Amino acid sequence: MSDKVLMKGNEAIAEAAIQAGCRHYFGYPITPQTEIAAYMAKRMPKIGGTFLQAESEVAAINMVYGTSSAGFRVMTSSSSPGISLKSEGISYIAGADLPAFIVNVQRGGPGLGGIQPSQSDYFQATRGGGHGDYHVIALAPASVQEMADLTFKGFDLADEYRMPAMILADGTMGQMMEPVTLGNYVPKQFDKSWAVTGTKMQRKHNIVNSLYLNPEELERINFERFERYKVIEEKEAMAEEYLMEDAEICIAAFGIAARVSKNAIVAARAQGIKVGMIRPITLWPFPKKIFAAAADKCRAFLSVELSMGQMIEDVELATKCRRPVTLCNRAGGMIPSPEQVLAAIQSVAGGLKK
Amino acid sequence: MESKRVTLFAGHYGSGKTNIAVNYALWLKKSGKPTAIADLDIVNPYFRTKDSKKLLDENGIELIASAFANTNVDFPALPAETYSLVMRDDVYAVIDVGGDDRGALALGRYTPFILAENNYEMLFVANGYRPLTRTAEEALEVMREIEAAGGIPFTAIVNNSNLGRETTAEDLLASRAFAERLSVLSGLPIKFTSADERICPIGGVEDLFPLSLAERYYDVND
Repeated sequence: MSDKVLMKGNEAIAEAAIQAGCRHYFGYPITPQTEIAAYMAKRMPKIGGTFLQAESEVAAINMVYGTSSAGFRVMTSSSSPGISLKSEGISYIAGADLPAFIVNVQRGGPGLGGIQPSQSDYFQATRGGGHGDYHVIALAPASVQEMADLTFKGFDLADEYRMPAMILADGTMGQMMEPVTLGNYVPKQFDKSWAVTGTKMQRKHNIVNSLYLNPEELERINFERFERYKVIEEKEAMAEEYLMEDAEICIAAFGIAARVSKNAIVAARAQGIKVGMIRPITLWPFPKKIFAAAADKCRAFLSVELSMGQMIEDVELATKCRRPVTLCNRAGGMIPSPEQVLAAIQSVAGGLKK
Repeated sequence: MESKRVTLFAGHYGSGKTNIAVNYALWLKKSGKPTAIADLDIVNPYFRTKDSKKLLDENGIELIASAFANTNVDFPALPAETYSLVMRDDVYAVIDVGGDDRGALALGRYTPFILAENNYEMLFVANGYRPLTRTAEEALEVMREIEAAGGIPFTAIVNNSNLGRETTAEDLLASRAFAERLSVLSGLPIKFTSADERICPIGGVEDLFPLSLAERYYDVND
C-alpha cells in the first residue's frame, strides 16, 4: 500500500509532533482543533508520553512552561479564545527564553465568536499577543502536508532560537482531509544545558525565570533578545511565489485564503489578467524582502484575508506603500469564494487601465 | 445488491461514511425506493451530511439533520424526527453514524427499535489509509469499540480505502488485502468496495460502488 495516509489537518499536526519527539501534550478542548487533543489522548499513553487535559487553558500553558524548562519538547493547542487565555503564559515563556510549540486553529471572533474558520488572530500571532516586547515564530500552513511539515519546522525553530513557535491555521486547515507523507523527519539535536534538571551537586544551578529585579538587566535582555529576532528575520522568512514572473497584480494570501486565491488566479489568467501570488509561509518573520522586490515589478497588490484586514498592514509596510493595496475579505467565520476574489482581481485590473 | 430497510454506516472518523451514506441514499432512491437519510454525527463541526441538502432535496430524499449543523452552535443535539426513521417502516432509512465509539454513542437510543424490527444492515466503513486504522487488527479494534458504544453488531464491511482526491486505482487495489484480512478477522463479508467515480471502473474489482463526490471550497484546481 502507498506510504501516504489520509489525515485531517489536526491529526497531521498531532502525529508530526509525536514524530518530532514531543511526548508531552497539555490542552483543553475547543472546536475546531479538538482532534489534536483526541489524537494525543489515544496515542500518548501507548508511547510512554503524557496527555493531560488541564482544568483550563491558563493551566495548560503553564504546564508547557514547566515542562519546557526541564528541557523537553512540549506542546499545547487551542483555538482563538483559548489562545487569548494562554497569552499570559506565552509571554512568560518568551520572557524566559524557552522553546514551546503552540497551535492556533482559528475560529471566528471576537469574543466567543463562532466555530467556523477565520484568520482574524493574525495581529495576535504576529505582534506577540501577550504583554511585553516579544515575538513568536508564526507559521501558516496551506495544506495538510504543510500542517505536518511546519510542525517539524516549528519544533526545530523553537529549540534553535529558544522561543515559542506557533502554527496559525484556520478551522478548514484543521478539519479538511488530504494525503500526507510522514516519517522522513529526523529530529535535530539541540544543546539544552540551560534546562532545570537537577544539579546532582555537580554544577551551578540553572534558573528559568522572566522576572528581573534590576531594570538595567531587563533592558539588556530585551535588547539581546531583539538581536536574535533580527537574525530570525534575516534567515527564516519563507513564502511561496505563484505565477509571479510576469505578474502585474500580486495577491497576498496565506492558508485557506491562498487556496481559494489560486483558483481565482487560474480563472483570471484565462481572461488575460496577469496576476500572481505571494503566499507567506512565515507570518512572523514576514517575508518583507519578497514583497519589496515584488513592488518593483507589480503595479498593485490585493490582500485576501478571512479577517477585517490584518495582514494588509504588513503588505503595506513591506512595500512601503509604493503601490496601492486593496483588501478582499470575509469575516466572522465566512470564506471568500473564488468568484469574489476573481471579481476583486478584475476590479483592480480595471483600475490599472484608467 | 440487496438492501435492508435500515442501513447504518459507522466506522473510524474520516473513513468516508458521510460520502457513502449520501451516495447510497441516492442509489436507493434511483432503485425506486422511498428514501430518507439521517445525520447522527455529534462530533464533526464541519463537512456534514447537510452540505448535500440541495442534492438530496432535488432527488426527493428526506434529510433529517440537526438544525444546528453548519452553524456556530456547537451542540451535540439530534432532532426528534430521527425517531421517525426507526419507528415507521414506509421508508428506506440510511443512517450516517458519527465517527468512532464516541460518535456511535448517539446511536444507542435508537438501537432497541432497530434490533426489534430486525431489518437492518450495520456496515463498517474501512479506510486502510487512515493512520489509526492502517492494519486490519487496528480496524477490528475500532469496530469492537463502536459495537460496544452503539449496541448493534456489524453485519458487513465496506472497503472505502482512499487518499482523497489523489486516490489511484492502484491505491484501491493495494487496499484489498487489508479489507480481506479484516473480513477474515471479523467473520463478516465485504458488502462492496467504494471509490471516486472518476477512477471507476477498475479492472478486477467486481463489487465496485462508484461515489459522486462534491467539490469542496478548499480544493485547488491548478
